Amino acid sequence: MFKDFFSALMEGKLIGAKCRECEEITCPPKSTCNRCGSRNLEIVELSGKGKIVSYTVTYVAPLGYDREVPYVVAIVELDEGAWIIGRLDVDAEKADNEDLIGKRVEVYGKEFPTEQFYPDKQRRVVPMFRVVE
Amino acid sequence: MKRDVAVLGVGQTKFGSHPDKTLPELFAEAFFEAFDSSNIELRDIEAIYFGNFVGEITDGAANLGGFIADEIGLSGIPAYRFEGACASSSVAFREAYLAVKHGIYDCVLVGGAEKLHSAGTPIGTRALATALDSAYEVNSGLTFPGVFALIARLYAKTYDIPLDKLREKIAHVSVKNHKYGAMNPKAQFYNKFGNLKVEDVLNSRMICSPLTLFDCCPMTDGASAVIIATADFAEDRVDEPIYVRGTGQASAGSLFRQKWDIVKALPRRKSAEMAYKEAGMTPKDIDVAFIHDCFTIAEVIASEAMGFFEYGKGADAVEEGLTWADGEIPINPDGGLIGKGHPVGATGTAQIYSAVKLLRGELDFVKIDAETAITDTLGGDFGTLVNIILSVHRR
Ligand SMILES: [Zn+2]
Repeated sequence: MFKDFFSALMEGKLIGAKCRECEEITCPPKSTCNRCGSRNLEIVELSGKGKIVSYTVTYVAPLGYDREVPYVVAIVELDEGAWIIGRLDVDAEKADNEDLIGKRVEVYGKEFPTEQFYPDKQRRVVPMFRVVE
Repeated sequence: MKRDVAVLGVGQTKFGSHPDKTLPELFAEAFFEAFDSSNIELRDIEAIYFGNFVGEITDGAANLGGFIADEIGLSGIPAYRFEGACASSSVAFREAYLAVKHGIYDCVLVGGAEKLHSAGTPIGTRALATALDSAYEVNSGLTFPGVFALIARLYAKTYDIPLDKLREKIAHVSVKNHKYGAMNPKAQFYNKFGNLKVEDVLNSRMICSPLTLFDCCPMTDGASAVIIATADFAEDRVDEPIYVRGTGQASAGSLFRQKWDIVKALPRRKSAEMAYKEAGMTPKDIDVAFIHDCFTIAEVIASEAMGFFEYGKGADAVEEGLTWADGEIPINPDGGLIGKGHPVGATGTAQIYSAVKLLRGELDFVKIDAETAITDTLGGDFGTLVNIILSVHRR
């Protein structure tokens, strides 16, 4: 399942699971609805648009990620309501000097080298957030 | 058949660096201190509940139950290893407590050990990140300082506090906990950073903005151990049994799945309410709290979710001194994770070590009049939450 999410993301599609019971969008999809726990879900394509909830510039990274610092990790609230975690493609200095919370973003996928503990042994895909305002 | 449960002896190694010991060897040191102050025979111990988070990664060591049992001369009895990230030994404690309470065993050993300091920062940081969502959080390079940095920025936004102001307010958590940690002979930072200033916290190296090095707890090697039994058994053997009055535990998924309340830490509220309910208490009945201050902001949001302060007021409370040893509700007078150290799998029972010592009036370096204490241990980004209420009173 998680590989399908990232494959779709690399094809330019952000997918979620829409609950047929309560309408909640769960993204990335999981086995049950994030609100009501129902298994009655359908995979839908989302707008890929949202706004920044919070973010942090990471200066000290774990083994396997250290060549990428500094990088900006963010939580984005999608227009469909779900929250996802990914990286903001703004530079560290801008992120630390400006208040980016609430800024509109678009989501796209970017491939990075995998590392020994990551569950996908072929590649590691990161949802990237491009600021659009 | 429900029985009252009490703590007999407690033990803790010096926290810091122990590259010369294996996990079982390190645990044995904590166990011997606990055992020697319990006035029991080795054969009284019927089972071992052991917490460890990432022995596989730091020491290439799993299946630790048996190795622990054998190291301390108890090979043969049931020995379990519990993993709930930073709450591992609190989960172990709660299971041990339930087993004694419900008549499975009369006397058991609980504890934990971890060696994150010896692993080094890059491996240690990666090992800690295994407590995050492996597919959807770690892929972005999110770390634990990162999680609480996200929460800090959101906290500032939610309660309309300028970020620079919030950084100053929460820096007081580090100043306070380092003050007590510097006084605690078993702390990683004993005799260090006792006079830390807010400016030192603000100006130290940025780890994940807005959190700096001094906003974070250190990587630590250490072990802790606690012997618990039925209250009747304990009263026959030790002068001051400390009674387990209530426990709570709750769970949650990834941080982004908890979109409704990440600054409010709902799983913690659930866990704390479960513990208060079992104890027949409210936050007002608690005299001292040992809270999971993995980061400065973590202590603040915990102090709110546990009911000591209104949501949004926790950062003011520490700045105003309400959580210092002479305050309304002392929090982490042993130094907490920030000043004492955070050997992940050993942290929960180390909180119990400090709580029991303090309730017995044996925590020499800080004087607080207390009859009832609560511990709070957090695993992951609210994935595993445990609260334990301890009291000098049986009922
Ligand atoms: Zn639903």
